[in-house]
Amino acid sequence: MTSQSPAGASVPANEPVYPPFSFGHELPPEDSPAPSKGTIRVVQLYPRDMNIYGDWGNALVLAQRLRWHGYTPELLEYNVGDEFPAKVDLIVGGGGQDSGQLVIQEDLLSRETVLKELAENGTPMLVICGLYQLFGKFFKTRTGSVIPGIGILDVETHGTDQRLIGNVSISSPEFGTVLGYENHSGQTTLGPGVAPLGTTAKGTGNNSRDGQEGARYKNIVASYLHGSLLPKNPALADFLIRTAVERKYGSFSPGTPDDTYAVLAREHAARRPR
Amino acid sequence: MFYFSVPLGKLVRRVSRLRGGGSALPGLVVEKIDPGFMRRTLSTLPHGVAVVSGTNGKTTTTKMVVELLESQGLKVFTNRTGSNFTRGVAAALLGEVDWRGRLNADVAVLELDEAHAVHFVNQVPPRYCLLLNVLRDQLDRFGEIDKTAQLLQHIASKTTGTVVLNREDPRVARIADTLDGPDVSYFGLDDSLLSTFPNDDELRAAPGSPVPPAPARPHADVVLRRVGAADADFEYDGVTATTTMKLRGVYNIFNAAAALTLARAIAVRDSVPGETAVADNKGLLKALSQVAPAFGRGESLVVDGLPLDLVLVKNPSGFRLGLKSFPAAGYATMIAINDNYADGRDMSWLWDVEFDTLRGGGVDQLSGSRAYDMALRLQYDEVPIGAVNTEIAPALAAFISAARDKPKRVFCTYTAMLAIRRELSKITAVEVVS
Repeated sequence: MTSQSPAGASVPANEPVYPPFSFGHELPPEDSPAPSKGTIRVVQLYPRDMNIYGDWGNALVLAQRLRWHGYTPELLEYNVGDEFPAKVDLIVGGGGQDSGQLVIQEDLLSRETVLKELAENGTPMLVICGLYQLFGKFFKTRTGSVIPGIGILDVETHGTDQRLIGNVSISSPEFGTVLGYENHSGQTTLGPGVAPLGTTAKGTGNNSRDGQEGARYKNIVASYLHGSLLPKNPALADFLIRTAVERKYGSFSPGTPDDTYAVLAREHAARRPR
Repeated sequence: MFYFSVPLGKLVRRVSRLRGGGSALPGLVVEKIDPGFMRRTLSTLPHGVAVVSGTNGKTTTTKMVVELLESQGLKVFTNRTGSNFTRGVAAALLGEVDWRGRLNADVAVLELDEAHAVHFVNQVPPRYCLLLNVLRDQLDRFGEIDKTAQLLQHIASKTTGTVVLNREDPRVARIADTLDGPDVSYFGLDDSLLSTFPNDDELRAAPGSPVPPAPARPHADVVLRRVGAADADFEYDGVTATTTMKLRGVYNIFNAAAALTLARAIAVRDSVPGETAVADNKGLLKALSQVAPAFGRGESLVVDGLPLDLVLVKNPSGFRLGLKSFPAAGYATMIAINDNYADGRDMSWLWDVEFDTLRGGGVDQLSGSRAYDMALRLQYDEVPIGAVNTEIAPALAAFISAARDKPKRVFCTYTAMLAIRRELSKITAVEVVS
């Protein structure tokens, strides 16, 4: 969009360039006296351009819960033009608005091979909204132009002029009730290569037809839900963490995170109107 | 038709006020029977109409512009009641016009919600507009930030005289490139203050990420150079002037630069031809020093002989600026988060705000329909939490009695603020906003 526009993007020559505001999120300082059970490398995909609805919340929850389970998170960012990190244990990516998606699109296609390899190897990944769509086969806009995705997920998305907005509750066979908030105009249809994350009890989900929300493939969880998704759905967060730890260390010995507030926040969120 | 539309509208207004009803019904009536009413009435004003829009700070900024112009002897019509939509303007007009539909004012300064401003400018092209910012606010209503920017662009394109833009908000500043009719004036920030105003694209900029060389930004009519504890430096016409300020909070004072830019355009530069300027800069600056915050926008009330500050928070940038503008040290802190329609239903925005500045003192009380979402957010930032109660009245009472010997601060969303003001009015003097 602004200073992150890749060189050669269609920006008029006389347009002022704006400095980034040095106002980044940071993890709270580590204060655990216990020795770490191991280090897990978490990569945020395109946090500069794809961060529209509190996507930091998902990264923060993964990092903090890793600590609370006794592990050390190593939180890295991957942005347009960066070198792709090696030895990735967990990937989290968020949503953007249309302009953000245009900025990352070319770069994402250039990373198709490495991301596909990680996905096929069973690396746990959480992709929300915009990156859910671009992890699919394509996004066809209302005007008929086709934005290619990287095809990791057997899904396709069609732009509509109807915006699906509001609180969502879904029932997932793996994770129980998943709560969140949707806000999208692209409608996604699942192919036979993926399963839905769940079926909607409140809200719309992938599209206005089939009552399904999100997609599951290997260890990838894809969803339209913000909220942010992971804070109020610790079962989902712990699935991603357990999978990452087991892949790296063979087994996972969980800690005891205090989920009192998460339970209460879920109870109150579930009672709110659509 | 329009011979009786005004008397009829005024009558409906009286009746609906007697019933204690809403302010929009009379506007609706006059809009239906006399669609040309607003345009006809407002087009007679010698200084025309100024529209103030943007995500954050409309109310305070509009109040400032009105007070600046009034201090210089101009008679200003404004939509004070906070009904910042077209029908609300029509209703406010009905209250001000005489029975023959004449408005006794020199200029109209109107606060308009982005989407409603578009309807308004289609009916009444303004002479001036002031566009403050485009931030993530209630995206569940407008869809996306870029769409909100398009709404503001439309307002600018309908403006006939001067468009005042925030130079530091890229989405607002670039509206200038799309205009060929109106003049453009900017208000801006000193480089040293830029880092206190994150824009939404930069919310996630990595700590310590390299800062590119200082960019060439367009000349700004008014630049906020420095913000002190109770004063500020504004630069205009090549001179830096220091003034004391009653307003608190960096973002309020940046909005003061915005108000000053618009007031200069209206009252200094564009005085009525043949007459001398109605105001001078010194007079405007003096008036600026006297402006008090609008309700709930850094407003300070007195409870048990100690200040209780109300800070309205409605989007990530505003919450961040609120935390930065009002340091927590020495204060008891309460946060009240509602998710009613006017607050925005999506709680994602809480995760775009960092609460590390509250880690030292903790938060004494949480409340609102999404109090537990806020508790969860604070837990992940390792901020200690006192009590949680989703009901605002008992939560506020507990907060006040537990922190009797400390100054207090409440960060609250819009409808939570209304509820808190209602409760506070039972125990202290709270300005009634009609």
